[in-house]
Parts: sequence; C-alpha cells; structure tokens
Amino acid sequence: MDKELKNHISKLLKQEKRMDGRKPLDFRQPISVEYGVSATAEGSARVKIGETEVIGGVKLSLETPYDDTPDSGNLMVGVEMLPMSNPDFEAGPPSIDAIELGRVVDRGIRESKAIDTKKLCIEEGEKVWGVIVDICPINDAGNLFDACALAAVAALKDAKFPEIKDGKVDYKTKTDQSVPLATIPISVTVRKIGDGFIVDSTNDEESAIDARLTVAIDENGELAAMQKGGDVALTIEEVDKMVGIALEKEKELRSKL
Amino acid sequence: MGYEKRIDGRKKFEELRPIEAKAGVIKRADGSAYFKIGKTVAYAAVYGPRDLYPKFMQNPKKGILRCHYNMMPFSGQGDRVRPGANRRAKEISMITEKSLIPVINLEDFPNAVVDVFIELPQTDAGSRCAGITAASIALADAGIIMKDMVSAVAVGRVDDKLVVDLDYNEEAYEEGRAAADVPVAFLPNSGKLSLLQMDGNITKDELKKALEMGKEACKEIYEVQKKALKDKYQLGE
Amino acid sequence: MSELVVKNKEVVVPGEVLATGMDYLPGQGSYREGDNIHASILGLVNVDGRAIKLIPLSGRYLPKRGDTIIGKVIDVMMSGWRVELNCAYSAMLPLMGTSEYIMKGADLTKYFDLGDFMVAKITNVTSQKLVDLSTKGPGLRKLSGGRIMEVNTHKVPRIIGKQGSMVSMIKQATDCKIIVGQNGLVWILGEPDNELLAVKTIQKIEKESHVSGLTDKIKEFLEKETGKKLEVNVNGE
Repeated sequence: MDKELKNHISKLLKQEKRMDGRKPLDFRQPISVEYGVSATAEGSARVKIGETEVIGGVKLSLETPYDDTPDSGNLMVGVEMLPMSNPDFEAGPPSIDAIELGRVVDRGIRESKAIDTKKLCIEEGEKVWGVIVDICPINDAGNLFDACALAAVAALKDAKFPEIKDGKVDYKTKTDQSVPLATIPISVTVRKIGDGFIVDSTNDEESAIDARLTVAIDENGELAAMQKGGDVALTIEEVDKMVGIALEKEKELRSKL
Repeated sequence: MGYEKRIDGRKKFEELRPIEAKAGVIKRADGSAYFKIGKTVAYAAVYGPRDLYPKFMQNPKKGILRCHYNMMPFSGQGDRVRPGANRRAKEISMITEKSLIPVINLEDFPNAVVDVFIELPQTDAGSRCAGITAASIALADAGIIMKDMVSAVAVGRVDDKLVVDLDYNEEAYEEGRAAADVPVAFLPNSGKLSLLQMDGNITKDELKKALEMGKEACKEIYEVQKKALKDKYQLGE
Repeated sequence: MSELVVKNKEVVVPGEVLATGMDYLPGQGSYREGDNIHASILGLVNVDGRAIKLIPLSGRYLPKRGDTIIGKVIDVMMSGWRVELNCAYSAMLPLMGTSEYIMKGADLTKYFDLGDFMVAKITNVTSQKLVDLSTKGPGLRKLSGGRIMEVNTHKVPRIIGKQGSMVSMIKQATDCKIIVGQNGLVWILGEPDNELLAVKTIQKIEKESHVSGLTDKIKEFLEKETGKKLEVNVNGE
C-alpha cells in the first residue's frame, strides 16, 4: 500500500542501509531479558528488543492427559496481540495474524522437544501437568515473532512448579523445582524486501516486506520449525541464504537468556 | 477480638500499599501509564482521539470513550484466566468508562473515539481501581482535555475494622462479620465520586466513614499520579 | 485575595488549581470554577499579566484553518481525494482545490494516487470537524521520494524555529529538502546518511525543546556531525 515507503526502504537496502541507520543484519539494541516480572505466574519474563516490549507468563495446572498420550503432559502456547501495544490491533477475538504468531511460537517449542512432556506425567492416564505459556506484547515496535519466541522460552526457564496439596494445586506455594527443559529453541525471523534481506524489522519495514521466514533453532544448531510468510515466493537459494542468516543471528539472542 | 493487625503487616487500617507510577511507558500509544499498588500492576494505553469504526457508531455531536479492561492470562491469584472478554471484564470496562467520563468533555471530539486499554500482568485485589488510576494518568499524558484527574482505591470492612486498599487476603478474610469491599473513584479536586460499587454488607454509618477514608486515600494516590506526569514532562520528554 | 498558586513555566496536570480569587483570568487550557482557576489539560503554565494559559505538551493534532499540513491519500473518489492528516479527522481535497484544471471524469490517480503524500493547506474546518484542503499556492504539491517522520505536534514551532531559523539550519547542514507540517509530519529528502542526520537532529529538538539556547546547541551538534560552518539565518527558506 505504502509504495513510497517501500521504494525508500528497498533503495536504502541496495546500499546496505536502513532507515534507522542500522545495517541489514543488525538487531536493535539493547536486547534485554528480565525474569520474574509477574508474581502470579509460575514463571515469567519481560523481553525488550529496542523499543519492542513483550511479557511472557507460564501457568501450570493439573489436567487429565489426552487419550492418545496417557503418559504425557500438555503444552499450549498462545500470543495475544493486545490492542494496547499497537494502534492497528483491534480488541476482540484473535485475528488470523495473532493465531499464526501464537502457533509459530508454539511449534518452535513443541517441535524442538524443549519440554519433555513425559516428565510432566504424575499418574498415567489420570493426572499430568499442563503447561500454558501466554505472551502479551506491551509495545509493538516491530519483530514480535522473535520477541515473543524469546519471551516464551525465558518464561519457561523461570517457571517453578507449585505445591500440590490434597490433590489440588496450591498456587501460593512454589517449590524450587523447575520445569524440565531439554533444549532451548531460539527463533530468528529473516525478511526479504526487494532484493535485500533484513533481521529485526521495524513496523515500517514490516508494512513493506515481500516475504518472511521464521526459523526456530535448537541448542545444537538444528532447525526445529519454520514458517514462511508474505506474498512473494522464494527461490531455494534465497531460503538457503535466509536460513544461514538465522543460524548466524541465533547466537546473539541466545546469549541474552 | 476482631481484626487487630493487617495481614500484610501494614501499620494502619487507612494505610495504602506501596505505590509506584510512571507516565509514558508505551511509546506507540498517544498516552500511557504504569501503576503498581502492592502486588497489583496495571498498564494503561490511550489511543486517540482517532477515527471511529464501525461508522454507524459515529455521532456528529460528540465523541465516545471506550475502555477495555483485561487481565493477562497469568495474572490471576489461582488458575489461568482464559483470554477474551468475559462478563466480569466487560462490566469492569463499562464501569471504568463511567468513572472517567465525568472529567472528559466528549463534545471535544465529535465523530471520533478515545480508546483506553488496561492490561494487568499481575493482580492482588483492587485491579479495577488500579486500572482506573492508570487510565487517568494515560489520558492526561495523551493530552486529552480533562476537568480533573480520577483516583481510585478499594475501601471496605474486614471483620470489625474499616480498612483502605484491601488485598486479596483481606477480601477473603472469613472470621467475624463477612467482609465488605467498596471500590471507589474520586475526582480529587472537586471531591466528588465517580465509581461506587459494594459487595458484602455494611451499615449506613460505616459506609459514610469508609467513603471519607477512601477520599483521603485517593488524595494520596492523586499526588502519585501528579508526580508521575510531572516527572515525565518537567525535564522535557 | 487573589493568588497565583503555580509558578510560571511549571508543568501542571488536569484539575490542578492555578490561581485563587477573581483577579486572574482563565485562558487556553484552563477554566474557572467558583473562586479558583483550574487546569483542564496537562501543560506548561504561561502567565501574561492577569491572564493564565497553558501550553499543551502532548496530544494529537487538531485541524485548524490556515495550517500547512502533510497528508496521505487514502481514497480517490469522483469529486476529489480523501487525505489522512495523522489525526482523528481525515480531510477532503476537492478537484477545485488543486492548482490544475481537471476535466470531469478524468483519471484522478494521475494527479494524486493512493498512498501519495502531499503538502497542502487547510481551507476550512467545520464544527463537526469536516476538513477541506487546497494545494493552490506556493510550495503546495505532491511529495515524491524521501521519508516521512512523525513528531509531537506541539513541538512543531520549535522544529521550525523563529522565522524558520531552525529548519533552515538543518537544511543547510544536511543538504536535505525538509517540509514540516503543522500536523506533526515531517518530510525529508536527501542522501541516506543526511536524511538520518536530519531525523536525529529533529528528534533531539523534540527531546530538548525546553532547553534555553536550543538553537546554539543544535548548531553546535550539526557542526560537529557535518564539519560544516553553519549560519543561523532567520529568513526561513
């Protein structure tokens, strides 16, 4: 829609430049992770990337397992695109963008086997832990994908099981037992505008992108989940290049945890 | 016996929990605020006046104020709060609107809307009052024309004592007479009241006293709101 | 007994008492209630003799007749263009408002297409905030290339400076074309690094608008950044 903006951004990218003065593959600074920001959650974290700010919170509850996985706990990850964080987000039921964002963050954690759901089983077929991660953006100044994924794993890292009393969760008392994490996935989203590639997009850049690729990467550098978005098709070479960029930038985000 | 000492260790029955407030915490919003009272935390963001959709809601004589109160899913004392507007959140959104409208002149923005979004990352009772207090800071920060600020707190009775700013444990106190919870909002300069709800039971005399206590407590909250706004602007943004 | 309760240039919040007694007169951003004058907006106190007014510090743009604004085309209609002004109300640029003679039924996108930016003048604002624009007049036109940045509309006078001195200094230092709209949108066209320097300079002015000797400070900053010797000239363009 905003063709002037798009022209401007792609013209700059040809010179390896961006509107805010960054290089194409620079993240905004500072990047910070703060743990324990919500006392009512079992685990929580605030992630800031430049001016983008999101809060992630984990709730743990006692549930019955699904019939097909009687010995496994349940995992759910969701993102609310709070209208507080961006003038373009609307109040009401989740938009398709919010659903995609939530599912992409969910798959990064699920498919990297970050949580060994077998360890969440208390009594086979009867009682398991349910782990629910909710991510709430406070200020969306761009790149919610990476910020939300980082907040989700940070909140999980912070999570402690509550006591069980008389078969019920006592939310007032936390144990010192952490949620077992087998690996920590980090998501990096690479975006293509014209012929250029960028990471950590701003709102302006996001309104002008042709394609995006989100790559979740585990601790061993293996790819655990991906999602291609945007209206323009990619060549195999382009995908290869974008994955290469993601692998390179993953370390920077991981070092902030 | 009666209720002799406050459970959380506060010295006086009219004492508020520790308060923190900051204006301008959400860059994308036209105005915003952070307000923490005890373990209850509220963010408020104001967008507008802006275009009002759907168009049939537009009124060429006056604008509308629209408030949205929402608990983050992990902000409750017990189980996860399911996302989306439930009946409780809808009612609180509505009474938040009603408590703010007396200070706002809707004729200033015909056909348009001022949206107020309140989000709570953690709560320990008093969340509607924290939301209203934060919203008032955010509205002023957004440059909305206002006759006064709005400051809110819950007062009530725990067993035989009238208390200010009940936390969750006090709300749930079961000994003696059943507790009463009275959330109030005051316009600090006119001394008038724009929010009044009550759950529990209370006598006419107790109510009068409790409201006076609420009015005094709101003056303290008002000073904190004022400071948050002055701190942001005194040295430039 | 009349008394000024606040100091000149102090930041005050809505509702705050500015003066007592009948000797003072309430100006912009304030109102009288009984014996007192109260603030009706977050602002900076400005006392001029017996008149007290408040200079707003925040808030969205309100369209005013005669303002030069930067707008974006959001709809192309039979009779003209709908233009967004970075505020609650969009404006209409009628065919008759352009400097060219346009035949009825012509393809209007040849003149202004969707998403195009323009610098225009507000010719009329009704009480219901219907806004009319015109591009007749020197310097009013379509804006091609470059970038748009958003600033606090209340800082626009500081960015322009006395008789245009500030903006002309930035133009001189950065070799950029710069147009500052009263509605808080600024258009900048130049070499990429220079555009960025212009943006940073304008952000610095926004942030430090309260500092005395701002022009000299900005001059020093720009001279250091560019290595150029700058002159402060007060003739605008």
